[in-house]
This record gives sequence, C-alpha cells and structure tokens, in this order.
Amino acid sequence: MTFDRRFRRRAANGLFVGLYALATLLALSALGLIMWSLLKQGLGGIDLDVFTRDTPAPGSLGGLRNAIVGSAMMCLVAMAIALIVGILAGTWLAEYGGDSAYGQLVRFLNDVLLSAPSILVGLFVYELVVRPFHGFSGLAGGVALALIAAPVVTRTTEDILRLQPNALREAGVALGAARWVTIRKIIWRGAGGGLLTGGLLAFARISGETAPLLFTALNNQFFALDLTKPTASLPAVIFQYALSAYDDWRALAWAGALLSALTVLSINIIGGVIIARGNTRP
Amino acid sequence: MADIPLTAPRPTRAASKGAWFDPIFQFACLSAATLLLAALGGIVLSLAIGGWPALHRFGLGFFTSTTWNPVTEVYGAAGPIAGTLVTSALALMLALPVALGVSVFLVEFCPKRLAQPIAIAVELLAGIPSIVYGMWGLFVLAPWFALHVQLPLMMNIPAGSIWEKLFYGVPNGANIFTASLILGVMILPYMAAVFRELFLTVPAQVRESAYGIGCTPFEVVRSVTIPYVRSGMVGVIMLGLGRALGETMAVTFIIGNAHGLPQSLFDSGSTLASTIANEFTEATGEMHTAALTALGLVLFVITFSVLAIARALLLRQRQD
Repeated sequence: MTFDRRFRRRAANGLFVGLYALATLLALSALGLIMWSLLKQGLGGIDLDVFTRDTPAPGSLGGLRNAIVGSAMMCLVAMAIALIVGILAGTWLAEYGGDSAYGQLVRFLNDVLLSAPSILVGLFVYELVVRPFHGFSGLAGGVALALIAAPVVTRTTEDILRLQPNALREAGVALGAARWVTIRKIIWRGAGGGLLTGGLLAFARISGETAPLLFTALNNQFFALDLTKPTASLPAVIFQYALSAYDDWRALAWAGALLSALTVLSINIIGGVIIARGNTRP
Repeated sequence: MADIPLTAPRPTRAASKGAWFDPIFQFACLSAATLLLAALGGIVLSLAIGGWPALHRFGLGFFTSTTWNPVTEVYGAAGPIAGTLVTSALALMLALPVALGVSVFLVEFCPKRLAQPIAIAVELLAGIPSIVYGMWGLFVLAPWFALHVQLPLMMNIPAGSIWEKLFYGVPNGANIFTASLILGVMILPYMAAVFRELFLTVPAQVRESAYGIGCTPFEVVRSVTIPYVRSGMVGVIMLGLGRALGETMAVTFIIGNAHGLPQSLFDSGSTLASTIANEFTEATGEMHTAALTALGLVLFVITFSVLAIARALLLRQRQD
C-alpha cells in the first residue's frame, strides 16, 4: 500500500519534470527554428550592396541604405526624447513624489503605456503631428517611437534609483550639496550602468517597431536625410517587400529581417552583460 | 523616504551651492512624469474624437454588424472584435502551459549552470521584432501548416461531422489558428520571464519546509509555489493577454485579412490592430478613417481594462 503510493508520487513527479523539460525544449526550438530560417533566407542576401544602395524598383539592383539610415535617424530622435523624459520622470518617481497618490497614478499609467498596443501610439501621433502639419514625416515617426521608449526608460530608471542606498543621499546632504546636485553627481552616477541598460532595452524595443511608423513616417523610396519628409525605415520596408510578389524584393526583406533581428539580439545581449557585471560588482 | 528632516538651518550656514536650481529641477522631473500621463490621456482623447463620427453614425450597430464595406461606407466591427478575442484567447491557451513549464523548469529542476543561458535564450525570443515573426509565419509556418496539417485533416475528416465545420478553410495556412500560434510563440517568452521572477520571490524557507516533510519536487510546485503566487500568476496571464490583443504586425501577415466573422478555426479573419494597419493609410474617406480610429478606441478600451486588472493583481501580490 505505502509502496504503491510512493511509486505513484514518484511517477507523477517524473512525468511532470519530463513535461516541464519538454516545454523548455519547445520554447528553445522555436527560437532555433526562427533563427535558422532567418539565417538560411537572409544571409545570402547580405552583401555590400545592402548598405551602399537604396531600395530598388523590382528587378533592378539595390539595397537597404535609405531604410537603414532612416531607421537610425528616427531611433536617434526617439531616444533623445525618451532618455530626457524617461530619466527625469523616473527620477521624480524614485526621489520626489513616487509615494504620493499622484505618483502612484503616474506609475500605474506608465505601466499601462508600457504594454499599450504600439499601433495606437501611431494613431495618436498621426492625429497629433501628421494631420496638423499636413504630411507624414520622419519627425512624427521619431515622436511615435519616443512614446514607446519613454515608459521603458522611466520604469528602469525608477527601479534602478530605488536600489541606490539611502546612505548615498544622506552623504550628499551631509556634504552640503543641493538636492539636485546629489541626484546628478551621486545617485545618477552610481546608477549609470543601470540607466544605460534601460536605454539599451528601450532602443532594442523600438528598433524593430513597425506599426507606429506606418502612419507617421510612412516610407520613402529614395535616400533622404530630411526628417520633415516621409522617411524610410527598415521595418516598414520589410513589411512592404515581404508582402510583394517579386522574388528580389522578398530576398531583400529577408536580409532586412535578419539585420533587424541581429541588431535587437546583440543590443539585448550587451544589456544583459552590463546587468550581469553590475550584479557581480561588490 | 529621501527626505532628511532638517530643522531650520543656523543663520551662519551658507546656502548650498546651486540650491536655487533645486525647485526648477524638481519641477522638470514632475513635468516629465506629467508628460507621460498626458500622453496616455492624449491617446484616449484622440481616439475618441477621431472615432466619434463613426460611433455616432452607426451607434450600437458598430459593435454588432459584420459588414465592413468602404464602398457603401457601412462599417461594423464585429468581425475584427471577434477575431481579436478569439486569436488572443487561443494564443493564451497555447502559450500558458508552455510558459508555466519553462519557468517551473528553470526555477526548480534545471541545473544551475544551464538555467542562466536558457533564461537568456528565452528572453532573446521575446526580443525578436514582431515583423520577423510575421515573415516567419507567412513564409515558413503557413506553407508547412497547410501541407502537413490542414490538407491531411481535410482529407481524413468524415463529411458532415462537427470536425469538418471546425477545420473548414482554404488550405493556405493563413488563418485564425496559425495567427494564434504565432501570437502564442510571441507571448510565451514574455510570460515565462515574468513567471520566473514571480517564482523566485517564493521564500526559500517555505519551499524547504515542504521538502522537509517529504514532498516530491512536483508536489512542492503544485501545493506550495503556485498557490503562493496565485494572484500574481493571474496578473501575468492578463499581461500576456494584453500583449496578444494589441499585437499588430505578425498577425497582419498571417491572419488572411477577411472582414467577416470567422466561421471556423482555419478560416481567415482579421483583428482590430491588423485592420487598422492594413487600411489606415489607404482609407478612402473621412468615414473610413473614423471607423478605423473607432476600432482603435475599442482596442484601447479592451487592452486598458485587461492591463489595469493585471497591474492591480501584480501589485497585490507584491504587497502580500
């Protein structure tokens, strides 16, 4: 009787450990499958032309230069806005008013904004920027991306600043430093690695975003550095080319997808390394 | 917390250098926080204003009608709403057991040396851009699914059975089910990561005492770990659901983009987000744009309620 029960419990345990391992294997193989098809389809398409030529008409030689440059410019604009807004807002939540009712409301709504569908951000920026100024522009795309990145930066900034020991703040006050000097020279500096990671994660998040760019930056077939005009972006070009009927466009879309995925993956890995290093520091 | 109670400074003490900037700095921080609040408010307001003409004209019919016809300017959102809810629910059903399995495996059973690399790999899965998932779904998953699942099913199912109705559809792999599958793969790593964090918050003493009375690892997970984080778990599930509801690009690639009410698991359909993504820049008139914006408003209301519940539950878990 007791033997039987012990056996049953052991069997149940073994069965579930096996199922859990299987689930993990399933998740890992999904990653493997996706990366494998990306490499198989995209690697052949990556050559110097991809970086030096602009998006072509079907059937002619071309690359993704305008899309890559457009993406980089819009991400830069977005990150500049998002870092300023996010770090200041996160600082306010951690150092000033985070425990007030208003602070809790801001934190809650920031968390909602963090997971809000990005296409709605695109619709909002369309109404806010594109419609009043009568035209799609790279700046509008940058603003849309900033709205997606800022909540990420805010969240990580607050989390990191809250980890800074109070003794640091007291030390600043004891030296007679003004509060903002304490925050700037002691708290922010101590949290530097964490803030950088937050920025990197936000950058990784927006660099592959497509939906908010569709109605803000639109797309541009030609090379352009003017952010007041419609601007090409890597994800938008991938979207257009992947759904086209031309084989060479599709090949370019795969190359672009591979580039885009590799960018995001390497940024995430760098961020992870910074976090890991911060944890081992005494 | 950071406030150091200072009594009035002695008159001999000089003011800190740069103290005049303190209120300005604090105000700048407060403004940044308020800007985020305003952004969310702006999203609601712009969607409500932009979508009002459509809601006003079609009234309740906007939510119940399945007609979506830009030519006759009649718009009903029942198809996309149903598509959104069905794909998200299916994605959740597919992803939840796997995410739970992954996180439990990593926290309880996996050798420590392997746990970290696997956790990183799973997080990388979460970082892959949604458009890459879409391409993979359209060019790799859909053809495979059509050939190896859909066709065999169609050939072998007895005519007239309920299964035939359930699996009816054009065998091209672009349908409600494959869209849900992709969505499931997308929310899986996210949910697994948050589950893992939750499980790591269970105090070691609680788990060790369960082991101490002779529980097997599975019994510890079932009877101690999972009950301990129950409300947090519901929160994570809702977060995953929120993600699935608003996911745009991957679904746009693979759902088939038909406006009607999906008739079967393998029927093509559309979601709120995919309809907006497909039609907004090519909207034929004011009413078309308004109807699409109204879809955005519906999507916002649904995701906002789901996310609000999720955050409230997770907050309660953290305070326990």
